[in-house]
Amino acid sequence: MQFWLAQVMNGLSFGALLFLLSSGLTLIFGLLRIVNIAHGSYYLLGAYVALTVAKATGQFWLAALAGAAAVGAVGIVMQRGFLARLYRQEQAQVLLTMGFSFVFADLALWIWGGDPQRIPAPSVAAGSIAVGPIFFPLYRLAVILVGALVAVFLWLLIEKTRLGAIVRAAVDDQEMARGLGINVEPILTGMFAVGAALAGFGGVMGGPFLGVYPGVDSDVLPLAFAVVIIGGLGSLKGALVGSLLVGLLDNFGKALFPELSYFTLFVPMAIVLAIKPTGLFGRA
Amino acid sequence: MSPRARLLLGVVLLAVMLALPQAVPVYFTHLIILAMIYGIVAMSLDLLLGFTGLTSFGHAAYFGVAAYAVGVLSTRLHAHSLVAMAGGVAAAVVVAMIYGLLAIRATGVYFLIITLALGMGTWGLAYRWVSITGGDNGLPGIPALNVGLPWSMRDPVNLYYFIALVFLLAVFAAYRFVVSPFGLTLRGIRESESRMRLLGYNVWLHKYIAFVVAAAFAGLAGTLYAFYNGFVAPTDLQLSASAEAVLMVILGGAGTLFGPVIGAALVVFLRNLVSAYTQRWLLILGTVFILTVIYAPRGVLGGARALWDRVRPRVRPEAPPLPAGGVAVPGGQRSDPSKG
Repeated sequence: MQFWLAQVMNGLSFGALLFLLSSGLTLIFGLLRIVNIAHGSYYLLGAYVALTVAKATGQFWLAALAGAAAVGAVGIVMQRGFLARLYRQEQAQVLLTMGFSFVFADLALWIWGGDPQRIPAPSVAAGSIAVGPIFFPLYRLAVILVGALVAVFLWLLIEKTRLGAIVRAAVDDQEMARGLGINVEPILTGMFAVGAALAGFGGVMGGPFLGVYPGVDSDVLPLAFAVVIIGGLGSLKGALVGSLLVGLLDNFGKALFPELSYFTLFVPMAIVLAIKPTGLFGRA
Repeated sequence: MSPRARLLLGVVLLAVMLALPQAVPVYFTHLIILAMIYGIVAMSLDLLLGFTGLTSFGHAAYFGVAAYAVGVLSTRLHAHSLVAMAGGVAAAVVVAMIYGLLAIRATGVYFLIITLALGMGTWGLAYRWVSITGGDNGLPGIPALNVGLPWSMRDPVNLYYFIALVFLLAVFAAYRFVVSPFGLTLRGIRESESRMRLLGYNVWLHKYIAFVVAAAFAGLAGTLYAFYNGFVAPTDLQLSASAEAVLMVILGGAGTLFGPVIGAALVVFLRNLVSAYTQRWLLILGTVFILTVIYAPRGVLGGARALWDRVRPRVRPEAPPLPAGGVAVPGGQRSDPSKG
């Protein structure tokens, strides 16, 4: 019982982290049809920038803000400067973002070195708390809380605001939205930046328990892809359900079949694809 | 090119290939071996990317599965080299038959992302399934290739000749494949799937077969690589290996079949020359990706062909459209790499 409870909590907190990562990925895909390979790099860059800021100031939340903002800025440059030129050329966009992911990985290695590091957890969330019979790290609970807050925020933003209505219009039919006089370009850039910043923020949140190291980008990227494929490309609801599913599957997979842990993720993905190629909540 | 000029070019190329390992330092022989192995990979990916219009971002999976199969068969089970090679290609084919069922139903960017994810999953298997694959440490100690000839395949020059033979056979087979009625049908699918469906072709089956054939070629390259390298590791099938294969195809020109071989040689030589001077290969590779996409989206051969088409006086009319029934046209269709 203790084992299962601990695994469920671990899975949920990892799922919350994955949601920060995959909500940006799915948002960017839904709006711009860009399969962003550099999304893992955003996670990496956000974590490293926050690490530097946290070391200099000792302020976790300031570091988190800096990490998210820096990566958001990187996203704006990539979208405006490069991806906008390759509108609807999916293959070229994938190659471009792949190139950026190599550049970012090597630059990070150059600047921050190859040793694994850890962002210190904020002092409010240090220590652990008794949940029934087990002691659970407070920080992981904080990650679940933050993930839930971000989910609620995104839902309110997309469903309840004028901006969200414009975004939904642009997802459904971009040409029609343009035809109605909506200036879509700033929306696209803005949402790309939001998606990138969310991934960067994910890197910061993951920093205290997963650590920051060269290669963390390619460790988290497949998980984020599994989430959006299971949940459905472009769907925020899908990203949420997929994140929790993948978070739990990954934890139970690691605990029960350590050797096949990575593959246990891809079996449900294959099953979903076989039954519904567009994912649980995706539209063709 | 007239048939005579083509024959002459072939003879000259063959002579160069025969003479090369005698003329260049051993270091370059190694690089040419790698260029031929990755040339087969890039060429096989071009069958999908350039000729069928399917952008696969998981092609390294089949290369890697075959290489691992060779590793397991020859180190654990002490199988004969040729048995191990056959087993490697068979493993790649089986994996492609499963993955193809999942991926071929999807089109466009969905196909891309599904192949990408399947490739990542295969990498994960190689990385974590330690008892079979050795995990991060890989599978070392693959013995030298033994094809029953009196020459030792430990010697890179002898190995060169064997791999060159396989390479030429593979190029010939791939060429026959793309100019066959089946290959022409694939190009028809690339241009317009709905039209081909209307003409009564089973589009799904054609794509599926192309997918498996491409994987078989990649698997063949993987078996050669395992024997050449003597060692297989998860990095051989990771996402960046798949992406590099796509880069080779784009760099050489998608839909030109031979272009990707040149693209592969460019990447192999660049990597080794750059690595001699700096640790920052990844930075340079990333920059090559970005520059290629922005400045040379049709690749070296594709760009050269476009230039040639512009310079050459127009004496021949445009190639006739694909006939109904998928009958091969002598000389084949002129492919348009920009639509790859």
